[in-house]
Amino acid sequence: MARSIDVSDLDIYYGDFLAVQGVNLTVRARSVTAFIGPSGCGKSTMLRSLNRMHEVIPGARVEGKVMVDGQSLYDPSIDPVAVRRQIGMVFQRPNPFPTMSIYDNVLAGNRLNSRRMKKAEADDVVERSLRRANLWAEVKDRLGRPGMGLSGGQQQRLCIARAIAVEPQVLLMDEPCSALDPISTSAIEDLIHELKADYTIVIVTHNMQQAARVSDDTGFFNLKAAGQPGHLVEFNATRKMFSNPDNAATEAYISGRFG
Amino acid sequence: MTTTTEAEPQPRPATGRGDRVFQGLATAAGITILAALAAVFVFLAIEGVPGIGKPASSYRPLESFWPYVGRLLFGTVLAALVALVIAAPFALGIALFISHYAPRALAVPVAYVVDLLAAVPSVVFGLWGARVLGPHLVPVHAWLDEHAGWLPFFAGPGSVTGKTVLTAGTVLAIMILPIITAICREVFVQAPRLDEEAALALGATRWEMVRLSVFPYARSGIVSAVMLGLGRALGETMAVAMVLSASPVYTLNLISSTNPATIASNIASSFQEATPDKLAVLIATGLVLFVFTFAVNFAARAVVARSEQRLRR
Repeated sequence: MARSIDVSDLDIYYGDFLAVQGVNLTVRARSVTAFIGPSGCGKSTMLRSLNRMHEVIPGARVEGKVMVDGQSLYDPSIDPVAVRRQIGMVFQRPNPFPTMSIYDNVLAGNRLNSRRMKKAEADDVVERSLRRANLWAEVKDRLGRPGMGLSGGQQQRLCIARAIAVEPQVLLMDEPCSALDPISTSAIEDLIHELKADYTIVIVTHNMQQAARVSDDTGFFNLKAAGQPGHLVEFNATRKMFSNPDNAATEAYISGRFG
Repeated sequence: MTTTTEAEPQPRPATGRGDRVFQGLATAAGITILAALAAVFVFLAIEGVPGIGKPASSYRPLESFWPYVGRLLFGTVLAALVALVIAAPFALGIALFISHYAPRALAVPVAYVVDLLAAVPSVVFGLWGARVLGPHLVPVHAWLDEHAGWLPFFAGPGSVTGKTVLTAGTVLAIMILPIITAICREVFVQAPRLDEEAALALGATRWEMVRLSVFPYARSGIVSAVMLGLGRALGETMAVAMVLSASPVYTLNLISSTNPATIASNIASSFQEATPDKLAVLIATGLVLFVFTFAVNFAARAVVARSEQRLRR
């Protein structure tokens, strides 16, 4: 189920504006990879290019290669819709569908593309996904209530349940805890640890302690200079990044001397 | 700390006067519109209520007010509904095309052209409907009569002049298209980016994204847009007066040459040669239209408010 991702010489554009330049990295299967770096350095842009969500912005495009288990993501024969079914995404702010119940929110992805499910099968998917997202105990008695009625942390776990209900191969998380309180954050981090067993996870975070806590590998992005494109400064095992990084800029950022 | 602030005089808010002036202007504008509406209602009531009990000759070929206005109201609603049935899907499609499907280079001119439709005077639409569209729709009438004649709407016999409710409704549809399109477009554009991305990231196609994220968000806006369109269709005068050849009947038949007039078109076509009695009757029909339009709008608002409340819970 889990897949590895190879990125080589990736340039990411918004129209004519080069946002991220020359990225090379490998995301290992069944591991957590964190992207850190100052605001505006292209971490989220990089993440969104991994499931072709980048190109939903008019004029946005990429050059270079992204290979998922040897299959090129940007091959002309690849349908971006199919890519996004296999590479799920969780966003910065929880975004359950406002008109849907908790139950329907979890199943939203499964019901796409005119797929039909028997009631028993649907119930099963909902329970399994909510259990995996550590939300089942809290919502099992009110599955018919709107998803928006939950707390922020619960909503974010609902979004994770929604993303894993379609059984993706990779889960991308774009600062999933930035809108949450410390307790909810800790719940999500525990969840990431558990999900690692089955999924390849890539997480963007502003919180370096979080990167250190949850990830196996870390990529540090930075701007070359003001007005210049972002680039990948260093990509290494998290333990090494946070104790003895190869690059002086990484050490300066991690030790809090800038950014 | 407190002692120092006590010594200084309280600074006056810098924008005090501007604020007051603007508040006065805004309040005056709001009250004026209410007053105007109330004045219209009072005028209609004073001038129109006596029209309910005039001698039978004023209601020719009918004998009293309620049957007279009933047929007109029926015709009004029928023509407006035909217009809505044609215009609403079109408007939604155009709005969606502009907001979510068309490339920017195409969306802007299309939006502009649709807005331009609103600038065409209704007399021109009426002329066009009666002179051009009607004759061209004659084969359509015949076809509907032949193939869909089992529906009461197309019972026929198909008109040979094209001066039918179907033609009038089509003209009305074109006239209400811009307002529905413009409002829907605005609402669609404002659908939250985050919700749209949630759908796309789950592997939704563009249409599925629209269904999951745009329509639920836009529902109340769509209802408002359609209601505004309906309001315009109910009140539209010249286009209908010029297209329809009216006779006082109740019929669902959209394609025959025997059609009920609408309240507004009846006023327009009877107003010139009206006796004082007839005039009172016409104003009374106007009062009925006013109340009816008000009720429809009120009902629509209630529906929207209820669905929004459900959303919030």
